[in-house]
Amino acid sequence: MATDTQDQSEIFNGTANVGLKDTRSVDGTDTRTIPAFVFGEELADLAEHDPRIVVLTADLGRSNRALDFAARHPTRFVNVGIAEKNMITIAAGMASCGYVPFAATFGSFAALLCAEQIRTDCAYPDLPVRVVGHHSGMSMGFYGTSHHSLEDLGMMRTIADLTVVCATDANHLRALLRLSLNHPGAMYLRLGRGRDPEVYAAVPELILGRAETVRDGSDLTIIATGSEVHPAVQAAEILAAQGISSRVVDMWTISPLDRAAVLDAAESTGAVLTVEEGNVTGGLGTAVAEILLEAGARVPFRRHGVPDEHVPVGPPAALYAHYRLDAPGIAEVAHELLTSTKGKQA
Amino acid sequence: MPVKAAPSRKHQLNQLAERANFVRTETVRLTRIAGAGHYSAVFSCAELFAVLYYAQLRLDPARPDWPERDRFVLSKGHAAIGLYPVLADLGYFDKSELDTYTRLGSPFGDHPDMKRIPGIDFSSGSLGHGLSVSVGMALAGRMSELDYRTYCLLGDGELAEGQIWEAAMSAGHFGLGNLVAIVDANQLGIDGFVRDIMPAEPIDERFSAFGWQTHRVDGHDIGALLDLFAALPDPGGSRPQLIVADTIKGKGVARMELSPDWHVGNLVGADYDDVMAELGSGSTHGN
Repeated sequence: MATDTQDQSEIFNGTANVGLKDTRSVDGTDTRTIPAFVFGEELADLAEHDPRIVVLTADLGRSNRALDFAARHPTRFVNVGIAEKNMITIAAGMASCGYVPFAATFGSFAALLCAEQIRTDCAYPDLPVRVVGHHSGMSMGFYGTSHHSLEDLGMMRTIADLTVVCATDANHLRALLRLSLNHPGAMYLRLGRGRDPEVYAAVPELILGRAETVRDGSDLTIIATGSEVHPAVQAAEILAAQGISSRVVDMWTISPLDRAAVLDAAESTGAVLTVEEGNVTGGLGTAVAEILLEAGARVPFRRHGVPDEHVPVGPPAALYAHYRLDAPGIAEVAHELLTSTKGKQA
Repeated sequence: MPVKAAPSRKHQLNQLAERANFVRTETVRLTRIAGAGHYSAVFSCAELFAVLYYAQLRLDPARPDWPERDRFVLSKGHAAIGLYPVLADLGYFDKSELDTYTRLGSPFGDHPDMKRIPGIDFSSGSLGHGLSVSVGMALAGRMSELDYRTYCLLGDGELAEGQIWEAAMSAGHFGLGNLVAIVDANQLGIDGFVRDIMPAEPIDERFSAFGWQTHRVDGHDIGALLDLFAALPDPGGSRPQLIVADTIKGKGVARMELSPDWHVGNLVGADYDDVMAELGSGSTHGN
């Protein structure tokens, strides 16, 4: 009987004959320790003690390492094939029966293609579905607009009863996955490509709605999220060499946003720069602007991200440089913000 | 026992026909409260509601969250107005609550809300989602080793939604013998006949190609529905079950039958009284 179940599961989940130990990325880097790649492993660990966890993917189990989960929990893994809407709604059906499903696909497909399934089938019924949008932003580089999710933060944060969070690095992702287990409603988890350098040396203790200050400073606060936190920290070092002291806030909790951290940034440091790997229309920067304006905080402020356009073809690193979303670029934008506007405000 | 079997069957058929009529009269009554509502898409599945809820589904109205209950997903959520009275009648909530239908803050809107209404297994309204929900419920049942079935009621016009076919493909592949999809093939969409707008037929052959076992039945023939449901294979089987119920949109009210004018409407004055009389409301209203 057990053998029957196992065989059937391997067949319908398509887990047979997969080289699970191959952790090389396309450029040959060992990617074992970076976010998208601890997704399956961390959930597999958690699932040892939590029978509610199930993982779904849409023929991207290699890409998001859901196969690491499938290898250890084959009967709790569902591969729906290239049918993302079906995946999200199946997850909702399972959640209504007591499971906590993690449904993972590229951010562009998760958030844009399945926006209605997320709203109507997950958030509206307040079900504990975890929609995992990985390879988000423009991290897929020359794969192009179809594979970029620059709009997902702006879209997802307007959905009621949907919690929206971004993973910063591997340890941060582990913390998010652990935190998510006992969160009652639906969540959108935004992950990078799985190559995000370390910001957190250990798994942080996260509280939903409370941002993490990863570096303190007094002249400016850079509020960044997801893949932009690491370059923001590097930018702060560049700025320090120029005599500018920068606070860096990891605003991983997009909805709910940490209002107190935003207002404190304005009050204590007097200038705010938001940095996100996404269209500046509607995302993190807009959310921060709403708080600042409604509170009457008149400080130099700039939303930095991808302008409202489709990005050109290029390798990811070239695109980050093109849009000044790498460390030197962020430092440059910060410098401009302080020199062009802070004087006028004073 | 054979001596009693025939009268018992006849009694059951009469009772279920009377409940189907109750679905129709309550739909007319509640629509008047709202000032507009779906009539004809409810009338086509009134016998299906009656047979499923009074004879087929494994339910306990005292325990709407009972893990072992059969699930029912109303994918054609616009028929909810006909389901609410059934749930009230079975005791999921007090019948008087129905009179709040569509009023500000009421649990009862045009489409069903699982968070507010005991007995609703999933919220619906956006067509094309329900079969995927049902696949998830059926997978969950199998993972949990519970032997409940998941029933999903679809419309034939709804089959134009692509997600239906994603779900149909996955149910066949996953071998979900605990899943029963029922298509209320009432022939009409909003703009006219489904066969003219975007044909769904041959529905049974299309599902069969995805690995489903298919059945075809007159959706207004209560005896045939009872027999078909009773003969469904064990839920532990490996083929999802599809029932194409051939129905008539607007069934039971002459002016509405196969008329595209009554998908949404509002009967007032003498028209209301005439339709209630046609449905014989005197014998059922208030039951």
